[in-house]
Amino acid sequence: MTPAERLNHPAASPPLVDVRGVVMDYPGVRALDRVSFDLARGEIHALMGENGAGKSTLVKILAGRQRPTAGTIRLGGTEIRPASTRHAEAHGVSTVFQEIDLVPTLSVADNICLGREPTRLGLVRRPRLRARAAAALRRLGIAIDLDRTVEELPTAIQQLVAISRALDCDARVLVLDEPTSSLDASETGTLFEALRRLREQGLGIVFVTHFIEQVYAIADRITVLRNGARVGCWTTAALSREALVSAMTGRRLEAVHRGPAAAPEREPIGAPAAHAPPALAARDLGRRRSIHPVSLHVSCGEALGLAGLLGSGRTELARLLFGADAPDTGRVEVEGRPLPVGSVRAAIAAGVAMTPEDRKSQGLLLDFSVRENIVLALQSRRGPLHPLPRAEQDRLAAHYIEALAIAAPGPDTPVGQLSGGNQQKVLLARWLAVQPVVLILDEPTRGIDVGARAEIERLILDLRARGMAIVLISSELDEIVRLCDRALVLRDRTAAGALAGEALDESAVLAMVAAAPASASIANRTVDEDAG
Amino acid sequence: MATPAGQRSWHASPAVWPVLGIVSLVLLNALFDKLLPGGPGLFGPGAFLRLSMRDGVPAGALVDILNYGGAIAILALGMTPVIATRGVDLSVGSVMALAGAVAASLVVADVPSIAALATALAVGAACGLCNGVLVSFGGVQPFVVTLVLMVAGRGVAQLVTGSQITTFHDPLLEFVGLGRPAWLPLPMPFILATAMLGATVLALRRTALGLFTEAVGSNPEAAALVGVRSRLLVAAAYVFCGLCAALAGLIAMANIKGADPFNAGRNAELAAIFAVVVGGTSLAGGRMCLLGAFAGAFLLQALTTTMYARNIGADVAPLPQALAILAVCIVGSPPVAAMLGRRRKRTP
Amino acid sequence: MRALLASRNLPSLAAAAILAVLVVAGSVRFEHFASVGNLSNLLGDYAFVAIAAVGATFVILAGGIDLSVGSMVAFTAMLAAWLVDRGWHPLATVPVCLAIGAALGAAMGGLIHAFALPAFIVTLAGMFALRAATFLLHDQPLGIVHPFLSWMSRDAAVPLGGAALPARAVLMLAVVALGAIVAGRTRFGRRVYALGGSPRSAEAMGVSVGTTTVAVYALAGACAALAGVVFASAKRAGDPTALVGLELTVIAAVVIGGTLLSGGVGSVGGTLLGVLILGVIRLLIDFQGNLNAAWTSVATGVLLLAFAGLQRALAGLGGWADRGTGGAARIEPRLPR
Repeated sequence: MTPAERLNHPAASPPLVDVRGVVMDYPGVRALDRVSFDLARGEIHALMGENGAGKSTLVKILAGRQRPTAGTIRLGGTEIRPASTRHAEAHGVSTVFQEIDLVPTLSVADNICLGREPTRLGLVRRPRLRARAAAALRRLGIAIDLDRTVEELPTAIQQLVAISRALDCDARVLVLDEPTSSLDASETGTLFEALRRLREQGLGIVFVTHFIEQVYAIADRITVLRNGARVGCWTTAALSREALVSAMTGRRLEAVHRGPAAAPEREPIGAPAAHAPPALAARDLGRRRSIHPVSLHVSCGEALGLAGLLGSGRTELARLLFGADAPDTGRVEVEGRPLPVGSVRAAIAAGVAMTPEDRKSQGLLLDFSVRENIVLALQSRRGPLHPLPRAEQDRLAAHYIEALAIAAPGPDTPVGQLSGGNQQKVLLARWLAVQPVVLILDEPTRGIDVGARAEIERLILDLRARGMAIVLISSELDEIVRLCDRALVLRDRTAAGALAGEALDESAVLAMVAAAPASASIANRTVDEDAG
Repeated sequence: MATPAGQRSWHASPAVWPVLGIVSLVLLNALFDKLLPGGPGLFGPGAFLRLSMRDGVPAGALVDILNYGGAIAILALGMTPVIATRGVDLSVGSVMALAGAVAASLVVADVPSIAALATALAVGAACGLCNGVLVSFGGVQPFVVTLVLMVAGRGVAQLVTGSQITTFHDPLLEFVGLGRPAWLPLPMPFILATAMLGATVLALRRTALGLFTEAVGSNPEAAALVGVRSRLLVAAAYVFCGLCAALAGLIAMANIKGADPFNAGRNAELAAIFAVVVGGTSLAGGRMCLLGAFAGAFLLQALTTTMYARNIGADVAPLPQALAILAVCIVGSPPVAAMLGRRRKRTP
Repeated sequence: MRALLASRNLPSLAAAAILAVLVVAGSVRFEHFASVGNLSNLLGDYAFVAIAAVGATFVILAGGIDLSVGSMVAFTAMLAAWLVDRGWHPLATVPVCLAIGAALGAAMGGLIHAFALPAFIVTLAGMFALRAATFLLHDQPLGIVHPFLSWMSRDAAVPLGGAALPARAVLMLAVVALGAIVAGRTRFGRRVYALGGSPRSAEAMGVSVGTTTVAVYALAGACAALAGVVFASAKRAGDPTALVGLELTVIAAVVIGGTLLSGGVGSVGGTLLGVLILGVIRLLIDFQGNLNAAWTSVATGVLLLAFAGLQRALAGLGGWADRGTGGAARIEPRLPR
């Protein structure tokens, strides 16, 4: 009986996992609102949704890392209340998180059995331990040396070892949180092979991912969450890619597509202006396991959007442009002059600026004042021995506090005490103070309230009008459409296509995000083959 | 002064705590003198507050604090930027001994005293350079790198002097520790320390070096993303620390008119860390307070002088110091800070 | 693959080669250098170092550091001497010293875990506090006389190829063997390795980080205490100024013996190799006669730095640890801490 057939006979096997009406409240936020979810034996069930949809909260609840505010979880008909990872494992629910929880310096066998080693008289019984580890690996159909340390193994094999560890405690349910996010195509293939085997052995597998093609390659059913609520559950065959993307983003695709999705474009988008080199241009910029080579350019007074789902390679591309990571291929030019690879200082000196995605861990000095945070980049460009006079610092701080309407008690307030929107404005002010040629904004409106968001959007339009070249990354499609002249659409870490002018609207972007790749058999395109 | 003006009002500056500590220690001693049966009274002979003139210069417990605290203050000024970059320098005591040994040996070998002083300072800076390069470019943990110099540096100092105390008579070298300028009747170490405080504050706060150092310690990733040269800055912090340690070593040497490779700078690393931590610079890196470290050094010396006045041996002195460091660290630790932070209401 | 294994074992191979070179060089230069008598003397003289180093191996394997070891050994040695001086039987001091050492170690481990403090600062405070406590106990060298100690140093020895292996060397070898078994063959040992390899993963995999941390530092304290008793019985004295800088010797022995300073990799057996190397260097300097003893600490420091640098270089080459894309989410900070 194929999984699909099994699904058609729900009465024949009651759901293995039955989550009913789960609510998860954090202070001030409802992360999950009466979400229901079920998983059958021998099924791979994809759980999808954009950032903040509630996937990871649901996974944590299943794994026992968090207890829901309300709702029930039944396993094979009996209610369980997992209180810890160990407790959940004792019930047969094992979770492999995205950041693979293995000890890199220990051997494969030790990792599989850590904390559950068979002992006699207090001493570990090595032969029995190895036998158990070997048995767990056999279930996945892989053969690796039990004595290799985990850090020597490729990421995909590490994933499999983590799954083996999960199986070693008699798992009936396997929850995989973004297992393929750092795998290439052949590695993903190996993993899927193993998952299919487990499915045949009757395991229920919850598969959390961002990669649309992978879902169609392996999942039997798809549940979509959005903003903490369940949008729906479909069998994979019954849900088109467009419908899936609509469900995830909450935006409807127009019935009529604007033509077929463009093939991945190898040429820079649009024709470069004839008279002057573009403000920022990149040619075949790529990095192994991070982003497939991409070419782009953006001129002064123009805004280029980088659109795509989370994990599509947007941030990776931005970091390459800014020199924060060194590319394996390609190069970046600013106003026609090539930048040395992988140097933030060179990029800043040439007039490139970037506000990072995670403003707290990568951008702001939280215990420093608004003024100090604002002057930091300008000061860095001037060098330490040419300090900005205090009066100039005060003037800059006062100017940007007023110009960007930063709501702070004063320029000497620690930035950590400001709201998210105002923190973002401080970060913007820091880079505006260096008067950059190109401004790269990675998710500038994430996690900030509506009012501040509107202000930041106005500001971006204003900067564009004043001749700055802008590269904008946003998960909000409407933002890209409203603010950008052109958009580069990324999908599964490759450039899926480009849209400009009239053609740039939400449904076109969505269609491109959802389009099946040229070769449908590939789960996600390998980054290596072109980079190498 | 150590923190840019206007950024914190005076009572919020961490330097207040060590200053309050010094004041209360002095008062405590005075109270002891006054109330103890058979004690010297407030200003009697041997009293803590008593100032007498010896050889035309003031003397007494309070002057001792300024005198012996000077070297510690210089050490602490050097240690502050290192700790602000999330590092630590355990080798300062040995660098003190080494610098003293080099200077004394050179003077004894009839090298001009000014050249001997310069060489000793250069040796200190070179020690710091070794530490700094191994930490910032070699990627070895700071406490391991500096532990090596802490132990081996003392060995080298012994090799330099041939495992003996090298004594000398040299007016310039002696002046570094024992000098009392006619125009300013204060101990030379205190004057030097104050000058170093001024110079350090100028160098770090009148340029952007201080801000960058703090940025590297506060959020290394953010500092890298605005183009701060983190590695160079970290290495420079250790060089400065080595230089300060050498200067402190010269003072210690001058105080006894001899280089003692065994005992010079003993427990100095503890004293310097105490001063920095009590002065409001977190071992987790980030914000630093030079004035606080400066005051912290004199608090430590006040504590030591108090213990001497109460006949507690020098060898036991590290016990309360070590416990005090632990206490300050615990109060500033993430779990305790989180507990306190939950009570404090944040402005929106 | 073989290259990988080789590069992982490179530090241990280098250590073994250094030992061989030192011994050969010593034998060429000095008569009677490589003799059984010298070996048993060396094992006897360095017994307390090796015992303390076994405890330190566990701490470093778990990703920590113990700078208090020199003061702990001096403190417990003084405590033992002080107790014997008050009429205790030397053997009776052993459980007392072990208990106090373990308790002090556990207290440091507890502070490190409970307040998330850096291990080096807590144990640095411990280093100074214990040194001061030693002076507080007795501020002068304290010689002890006891028939048992005389018998120990005179008659309690195992014949070994024409020479006599002192009892403390036998005890040391037993401690090393026991340590090797605990590290390699028990659940506790596995947890220690796991904690040092990746604290976050270890916790997620069900290792109790707090319990393991406290246990590791308690074990190190107990080992240092045993080393203290051995030291006191060998010197038949306690000395508050003794063993300043022992922490460097101990850490160097552990690191030279192949244990990664970052934790998770290494072995107790390797530590014995490290102790032997340092002991042979000391022996060479002693044989040379005209060399200052300070050269020992210089050589120790240089070797420690060389091996720490070798570890970093191998990790940086990626041959040792090709972590792929940092699969286990290991993000190397741009700034070394």
